[in-house]
Order: sequence, then structure tokens, then C-alpha cells
Amino acid sequence: MLLAVLSGFILALFAPSIHRATREYTGWLLALLPAALFLYFAGYIQTIADGEVVSSSISWVNLLDVRLDFMLDGLSLLMVLIITGVGTLIVIYAGGYLKGDALIGRFYAYLLSFMAAMVGVVLSDNLITLFIFWELTSITSYLLIGYKHNYDDSRAAALKALVTTGAGGLAMLAGFILLAVASGTWRISSLDTHAQLIQQSDLYLPILILVCIGAFTKSAQFPFHYWLPGAMAAPTPVSAYLHSATMVKAGVYLLARMSPSLGHTDEWTLIVTSVGVITMLMGGYLSLKQYDLKRILAYSTISSLGMLIMLLGWNTKVAIEAAMLFLLVHSLYKGALFMVAGAIDHETGTRDIEGLGGLWRVMPMVAIGTLLAALSMSGIPPLLGFIGKELIYEATLEYEFDVEFVLTFLPALLTFLAVIANMAAIAVACMVTIQPFAGKLKDTPKHPHRAPIALWLGAVLLGIVALALGLFAQIPSKYLVGPAAEVVYGNDLTLKLSLWHGVTPMLILSIITIAGGVMIFWQRYNIRPILNYFDPGAYIGPDLLFVNGIDALPSSAKRFTLIFQSGKLRYYVSIIVLTLIFLVGYVIIARVELPTDLTIEDVRFYELIIPVVILIGVTFVLFSRSLLFTVAALGVIGYGESMIFVLYGAPDLAMTQFAIETLTVILFVLVLYKLPPLVTFSTRRARYRDGIIAIAAGAMITTLILVITALPKEAPLTEFFAGASYDEAQGRNIVNVILVDFRGFDTLGEIIVLGVAALGVYALLKLRPGEFSKTADIDDPEPVIKDDRSAVEE
Amino acid sequence: MRSLILKTATRLLLPLMLLFSVFVLIRGHNEPGGGFIAGLVAASAFALYAIAYGVNRAEDALHISTINMIGGGLLIAAVSAAFPLLVGDPFFTILWLPFDLPIVGKAGTAFTFDAGVYLVVIGVTLTIIFAMAETEED
Repeated sequence: MLLAVLSGFILALFAPSIHRATREYTGWLLALLPAALFLYFAGYIQTIADGEVVSSSISWVNLLDVRLDFMLDGLSLLMVLIITGVGTLIVIYAGGYLKGDALIGRFYAYLLSFMAAMVGVVLSDNLITLFIFWELTSITSYLLIGYKHNYDDSRAAALKALVTTGAGGLAMLAGFILLAVASGTWRISSLDTHAQLIQQSDLYLPILILVCIGAFTKSAQFPFHYWLPGAMAAPTPVSAYLHSATMVKAGVYLLARMSPSLGHTDEWTLIVTSVGVITMLMGGYLSLKQYDLKRILAYSTISSLGMLIMLLGWNTKVAIEAAMLFLLVHSLYKGALFMVAGAIDHETGTRDIEGLGGLWRVMPMVAIGTLLAALSMSGIPPLLGFIGKELIYEATLEYEFDVEFVLTFLPALLTFLAVIANMAAIAVACMVTIQPFAGKLKDTPKHPHRAPIALWLGAVLLGIVALALGLFAQIPSKYLVGPAAEVVYGNDLTLKLSLWHGVTPMLILSIITIAGGVMIFWQRYNIRPILNYFDPGAYIGPDLLFVNGIDALPSSAKRFTLIFQSGKLRYYVSIIVLTLIFLVGYVIIARVELPTDLTIEDVRFYELIIPVVILIGVTFVLFSRSLLFTVAALGVIGYGESMIFVLYGAPDLAMTQFAIETLTVILFVLVLYKLPPLVTFSTRRARYRDGIIAIAAGAMITTLILVITALPKEAPLTEFFAGASYDEAQGRNIVNVILVDFRGFDTLGEIIVLGVAALGVYALLKLRPGEFSKTADIDDPEPVIKDDRSAVEE
Repeated sequence: MRSLILKTATRLLLPLMLLFSVFVLIRGHNEPGGGFIAGLVAASAFALYAIAYGVNRAEDALHISTINMIGGGLLIAAVSAAFPLLVGDPFFTILWLPFDLPIVGKAGTAFTFDAGVYLVVIGVTLTIIFAMAETEED
């Protein structure tokens, strides 16, 4: 199973070179991999339907108990078949859609990596593994949305999607860690048995919220829905695959997967259902306002995802069955409709539905694909979508709760809202079918002609599958949807899907829905102005918040920088010293008992000399009128300190200090000539201020040393290192053994920092602005900040 | 500033200080010393040379550029840290030769790592000193 997951990544590596060899046949060739994976996983259908679970496990990071656990059960099987099945068609479609594009080899590589990551998400049985694959889908989605990287809006949309889903992913990771803490296991399949433990834990609510944020960002739920319409900047194969059929379903998958362990509580129902309902209605409302084919479909996808989330929140047996069925239905028809939208765009050069018409004459096969998909979307028998809609109504009508906050009218309300959302979906289905294909042929930017097979094959095949599964409804109920629903529900259930139930409330609701949807479509020119009249998105809304937030980052960073990076060394030193005084001083005052015994005994003669020498040095530094003299006096202070180290048994420290003092004096002497003669820059007030800071720092350090020396003379660390450094590290010099062995990692980091700092000094001194054009090809050595610095001058 | 006394003394002092720095480096594992101190000692030797003879002569005497020295030192340190991976031990395990070498005594990746630190410290210090001294000469 590991190979099945990784094969996509491996093939992705070679996709560009394969493309160089096979050119326009690459799509057909590369589609063999998802097709093979589809068949491989399809081979497990019977096993899974019998209630078995296939799993494999490989140790990965032993130390952290992270394992590559994979598991195939009903839920993952349904997802993986959608991913590889639609994936096969998309790879073929991409070959036709992006024919002749210079970077298409890279596109295949991204697409296959995404597929592999998505397969990894749904097969992972370990929380960390799931997270890693989850983030991989975000990254590949970023690369795919930003595929046309020379367009500004394409890059901005890619970033928006990455930041949103990436932040959600981090929240999810935090939730996973809490989940593992609460349950004691990283294995997802073991979580179910710990459901009681998790739900009674104090961490339950944080876990639920964090996991939900992960799922909601990925599945474009309100208030994180804003990235999905922007993601339509991606080439259409990407929209069809990632942003309707698979990746946006990852959030739905996650909630479905977590439902047995986190679900069936008041909090779950409240949070998940309400977010789902809001998203469902908002998506439906916004989809009716659009004219661009892809944007219509994007908002309608948001609406459908909201419906899926709502059903998972409702969490009854029927609701889960409906969710699993609708998951399949939606992937089939929405993937097909996106492919159709791409084909139309490709052949006519426009996606504006008002500018399209009569295309069925030129593109009959595309029209057939559209029709099948739209019928399934509208829930017209005998397509699978009809059964899906019936089941959704059955779920919302049902009332099997004894949960406190559920009021009696809630099922009726939920059903009513679902009917409205479905009406919008039907209107959308009409908009994308009737407007472009029926009526008279209109003038378009490109003269439309028959679409090549790669562009219509996927849509038609998905439509046929939707039709076949609807006609033979016992197949999905037994082999696909049934096993998946059992996993999510956590119990055996008997799912029987069929086209005809007799005259039920659901059938009547279906008829009302279809009539309402057609009415909306018929009256669309009257309805749109009303919809446009309410446009809250223009004033408030998460998208605006996101854009403003991103814009605010650089300006606030600049303000922050101007305060803390004034370009004046004396401020930096003041800030560092003040921080030290406040942090350490606070701890000393608040938490530490000050030593009372301050009597000094046994002072030797030479121990007195050194402080006196240091004090004389300090006096000279303060009152000297010559730079050279000041530098020499500073050196005296440093050497005095080194002598203290010598006397109190720290020879390493003393040697280092001596060497550093020497080099410092040399450095000072080297730059001395460039400095102006010593004049007093600072005002009297500034000098008093600096003096107070200096005295406070001195007092603080003195107190600190007194406190430390007053501690009991037990030094477990010294003893440990004294013993361990010879036994384990074969050296007697504890200091050096710590540096190169026990804390070798720190040292490695430090010398890297040193090296970078030296390069920085070198660049500052050697590469003058005038020499930039000669030495390096950098056009503008940041002139902006320089101007601003004067603003902060005292 | 280029006094004859300083020049003569430096010519004698440079090899002595370098020898001393290597000595400090090698004894570091058991006695006070180590790569960091040794690097500072060696750097002061060359700094002295630069003061006496000028930066260009000092750079010639060094034979390799200070930037390359930083890079080489980092490389040696990183390789010493990563070498145990080849024999299946975790990153930064210290491996020892089974026998003692002449002069150095016990030798292992701790020593080569320290030698890397030594080179980086020399390189960093001299890069800064030479850069400052050169701008002064302009």
C-alpha cells in the first residue's frame, strides 16, 4: 500500500522528462498510473464490503512514535476511488486542455504529486502522517493555482489559498496533538475505542474546535470560504480535480473520519451543523449572482460542501448515509461540469454565460456530458443525484434526538433551508446547461469548433457513471456508500438505495425543489438585481479582512522596525539592557529571597587589587577626552575581569576573554582613524538617562551574583559533567567537551551564525553602493528605510 | 606606524603564535583550550601581521581567502557531525579512533569538529579585521 501512495510522487519526478519524449500523448500515458491505482483499489471492493479492513504499517520516526500507518476501509475506499478515478480522467483532460503549453511537464508533475498526497490523506491511519499528506495537498494546490505564475491575480489567489489552508492545517495539527494527549494514541483507527475518554476530557472542546478549523479551511466553509473562488485562477483541470472533486472534500473526509470519536455530542452538532448550513445558503446565494461559468460552479461547490458538512453535523444514521452518497454524487457531476466549463472556455475563448449560446450544434459530445451532469445535479431520476437528494431530505426530516437544544421545529427548518439551497443548485444547473448550449449560436472571441476527445471524454464518462449508478442503485449502496457510511456511523447499518420509494414526503419535496429551481432560472433577470442590491461582501466579510490583514503586515512591520531598528547602536544597547533589567529584575524581586548574610571574609590582598584596577579603568572611560585613551581603558577593564576568572578557577573563560579583549582593542584601533574626534553628542538629559540605566544594570547583576552565590553549594551539573565527560566523551576539559560533544549541536549553530555575521560585515564594508553595479547585480540597496530613520531621531 | 621593531617582532611572533594556537587546539580536549580560543589566538597573530605589514601582505601570508576559510571550517564541522550517519549512528555521535595518534593523542570526530570551529573563528575574525583595515587604507 505504501507503494500505491508513493508511486504518484515517484512518477511526478519523471513527468517532465517523459513529456519531453512523448509530447501530446503524455496525458494518455501518465493517466495509466491513476488508472492502475483505481483498478488496484477497486480490487478491494469485495473485501471491504465484507467488512474487512486492510492495513499496513512501516516504522518511520521511531523516537516520536510516528509510523507510516495506512488503512483501507469503506470510507477511504470511497475516497480513493474518487481520487484515482477522477484523477485518470483529469490527467487525460489536462493533456488536451493545456496542449502546447510550455510548462505542461511541470503541470503533470504537480498534478500527480497532488494525487499521491490526496491518496495519502485518505489512507493514513496515523495522525501525524495524515497531517503531513494534508499539508502536501495544500502545497501542491498552491503550485497548481499559481501555475500561470506570470499573472498577478493567479499568484495572489495561490497565496490566499495557501495561507488559509496552511493556517487551518496548523490548527488541525494542534488539535491532533491534543487528541493524542487525550486518547493516548496516534493511530486513527484506535481513536474510536477511546471515544468516551476523549469526549469526557477537558480537552474535548479545544480538540473539536481545532480539528474543525482544519476541516473548514480545507473545505471552504464559512468564514474561510473566500479562497475557493479565487482558486479558479488555476487552469480548469485543477478546478475540476482539486477544487470540486477531491481536495475540498478532504475537510469533509476529516470530519467523517473523526465522527465516531468526536461526534454525537451537543457541541459537534451545534458547531458543524450551523457552519454547514450558513455555508450552504451563502454559497447558493452567491452562485446565482455570477456570470463567469467557473465562478458559478465554484460558489455552487461551496454550497454543496456546506450541505455535506451540515449532514455530518446532523450525524444521524440517515444523515451520514446521505452525506456519503452526496459526496460521491457531487464529485461525479461537479467534476464533469468543471471539465465542460474548461472545454467551452478552450474552444470559444470566453466563460461569460451571457455571451454563450447554441453550442450543442458545435460540441454535441460536450453537451451530452453537461446534460447528464446537470440532471444529476438537479436530482432528476434516474440519475444518482435523485437518490442523493431524496436521502438528504429524509435525513433532515428525521428527528431522533434527545439533545436539549434541539427544538421541535428544527428538522422542519433544516429541511426548508436544504430545499432552498437545492433550488439554487438546480438554477445553477440550468444556467450552465441551457444558457451556453441551447438557443442560437452567439459570436465568441474564438470561433468554436468540435472539441477533441480528451476534452469531452471525462465529462461524458462521469455522466454515464452517474446514470449507471442511479439505475443500478444497489451497487453503490452495497459496495461504495454503504461500507463508507458504516465506518462513519460506527455501527452496522443496512443501506438500501432505490429509485422509487412510492409517494413520500421526500418525493414531494423533490418536486417542489425542481419547480422552484426552474422558477429561479426562468426569473433570473428579475432576481439578480435584487440579489445584487444586497452586497455585504463589498463592505465586510472575511475576504476583505484577509486582504487588509495581509496588506497591514508590511506596514506594521515597517513601523515596528522603525522603533526597534533605529540604526543607532546606543538605542540597541539600551533596549537590550533594559529588557534584561526588567526580566531578571522582576524575577529577583518577585520570586527570590534576597540573601541577608553579606559579611565578607578572607579577602586576600590581590583580590582587592583587581577591583580597584577595574574601577580606575571605569573612571578613565567615563571622563577621558581621547578615544585612544578610552579604548585602552576599556581594555584594562576587560583584562581585570579576565584576572578574576583566572583567580576563581575558570582558565578557559580567562583565555577567551584575554583573546577577545586583545582583538577588540585591535579592531578599535583600526577604525579609530575614521571616527571623528571625541565630542559629546548626547544632551545632558540623555547622559543622565543612560547613567541611570547603567547603574540599574550593574545593581541588577550584582544582586543576581549575590543570589546565586548564596545558593546551597550543591552542583549536580558539575558533578555530572565531571564524571560523564571522561567516561562518555573521553576528555577531561569539561568546558570543551560540552562545546564539541554534549552541546555540539549548539556549537554548530553558533559557528554558522558567526560565519553569516562575518559575511554581513564583509558585504557592508566592501560592497559600497557605488560598487554594486560592478560586484553584484542588485539594483537598489534599500534607500527607503534610510530616509525614515531621520524621522525617529531624538 | 610601520615601525621596524614591530615588523621584526611580528616576523618572529607569527610562527610562534600559530604554533601556540595549534597547541591550544590539540590540548583542548583535556586541558584548558579548544578550537574557539585557539582560533582567536591564530587570528590575533595575523591581525598583528596585518598591522605591521599591511592587509595585502597578511592576506598573502594566509594563502587562502578568509571567506573560503569560513566555508571550509563549516564544511569540516558539518561533515564531522554528519559522518556518523554513514556508519549508522545518529547525527553528531562522536566516533573515536581505536588507537592513539602521535602528538594528538586520542583522535575522533570531536577533534575534527573542533578543528572546523578553529577555522571558522579565524576566518570570521580576520574577515572583519581585514575588511575594516582595508577600508581604512583606502
